[in-house]
Amino acid sequence: MLILNCPYCGVDAEETELAAGGEAHLKRFGPGSSEDEFHDYLFMRENPKGVHFERWRHANGCGKWFHAARCTQTLEVFGTYSAQTTEPPQEIKDAITAKRPGWTWRNLS
Amino acid sequence: MKHYSAFAVAREALRYHTGWERAWRSPEPKKRYDAIIVGAGGHGLATAYYLGKNYGIQNVAVIEKGWLGGGNTGRNTTIIRSNYLQDPSAAIYEKARGLYEDLSQDLNYNIMFSPRGVMMLAQTQHEIRGYQRTSHANALQGVKTEWITPERVKELVPIINLDGPRYPVLGALWQERGGTARHDAVAWGYARACSAMGMDIIQQCEVTGVRSRDGRVVGVDTTKGAIDCDKLGIVVAGHSGQLAEMAGFRLPLEAIALQALVSEPIKPCMDVVVMANTVHGYMSQSDKGEMVIGGGTDGFNNYTQRGSFHHIEETVRALVETFPMISRLKMLRQWGGIVDMTGDRSPILSKTPLQGCFINGGWGTGGFKAIPGSGWGMAQLMATGHSPLTEAFSLDRFKEGRFIDESVAAGVAH
Repeated sequence: MLILNCPYCGVDAEETELAAGGEAHLKRFGPGSSEDEFHDYLFMRENPKGVHFERWRHANGCGKWFHAARCTQTLEVFGTYSAQTTEPPQEIKDAITAKRPGWTWRNLS
Repeated sequence: MKHYSAFAVAREALRYHTGWERAWRSPEPKKRYDAIIVGAGGHGLATAYYLGKNYGIQNVAVIEKGWLGGGNTGRNTTIIRSNYLQDPSAAIYEKARGLYEDLSQDLNYNIMFSPRGVMMLAQTQHEIRGYQRTSHANALQGVKTEWITPERVKELVPIINLDGPRYPVLGALWQERGGTARHDAVAWGYARACSAMGMDIIQQCEVTGVRSRDGRVVGVDTTKGAIDCDKLGIVVAGHSGQLAEMAGFRLPLEAIALQALVSEPIKPCMDVVVMANTVHGYMSQSDKGEMVIGGGTDGFNNYTQRGSFHHIEETVRALVETFPMISRLKMLRQWGGIVDMTGDRSPILSKTPLQGCFINGGWGTGGFKAIPGSGWGMAQLMATGHSPLTEAFSLDRFKEGRFIDESVAAGVAH
């Protein structure tokens, strides 16, 4: 069972407490954007077999949204971090590098 | 290929079964093929089969990373139905269901198609309206389904509890010619027929790259060396994203885990397929007597081929409510498959930005029932560049807003 540490209330929450919120760090494209940009924003998702960044909500707990870095191939969790950021903090990236040298995700590595 | 028949069984019985031959060859890859299909699951093998049968394209290789039929073809709950709401879905699923009817004869391989009837329970007022609408849509589409009353449900499924603790059974959408088939046999039957046409099925050969020149596909790199081709079909379900990346384009897909489980075998007690989408579970009884059970998907990206335990718990709880007699059953096996989900929960059968390269994927949780129709349409698309069956499922439907929204129409168990 997937267990994520909620960075807000500090609880190690198991899957039944959590709601998955899909890919993290999406940049919103709205009015004025091109068709391609809007299409990609709405439908295109990273689908990596390996390192992935996601949004989760501690739904049956404190109710707050947060981010998680996770491996989709092994279900290993690299860390969780605040929702108030547009990209993962350096210590999360370092934690991933320690276990998955050479990882990439979008333009991150 | 030696013909399978009652006579062949008798002949082999007389000579101690020494005359059976392997159902398909396992050759080394040639340098070049007219068409390469990546993925020897049901959809890939069916595509190859109809390329050969309908269009005479027989210089074909089917390349498989593992063993044939070892992915979702061997992991599903084998349900066949075509009671979809949207016209393009009904067309391709009904084509598939129709082909399943005499597929055993066509392939000379017993796929054990059992049109025992599929019942989708309505357990809320909303579902009643939804399924009545579907049955009316099906009437216009030429798909035979009907709305039936709770009394008829009880008649067809005596073990059902109509007055469950949470949701009573208020009626059902009934498709009499839906049912099940032996899933492995579908892959094996197509493989044998492909091999008999001279096609090469190359197992344990992973595609590591897609080669192209001037925006056109020219071949693939594999763990058994480079192979040239004129046309390439990517039919790899959960790993569509990886293959598309090699070919240089992206797909609107996410891979998630879907689970199923079977119980210990018991005496025959239910001879139809029952799906209960409100409480989230579905069940049928296999010929061996096992209750075959499926439920919901996990909500997050996952490539592990195992799902979360609490989803099984929810599914089993729902089915115990609906069928109280199964409450003491032991479960024998549980497994997961990786399904590729699109935004509108409908598949993608399409040309791609790379010329000569075609994609068939995104079947999500409902691919098995579509195998013959999907292969038929995909073969037509690859051979002629156009197929009325696949037209609506093109990649650009997302940009153009032409969704085939079965996520709402089909409920959860899709």
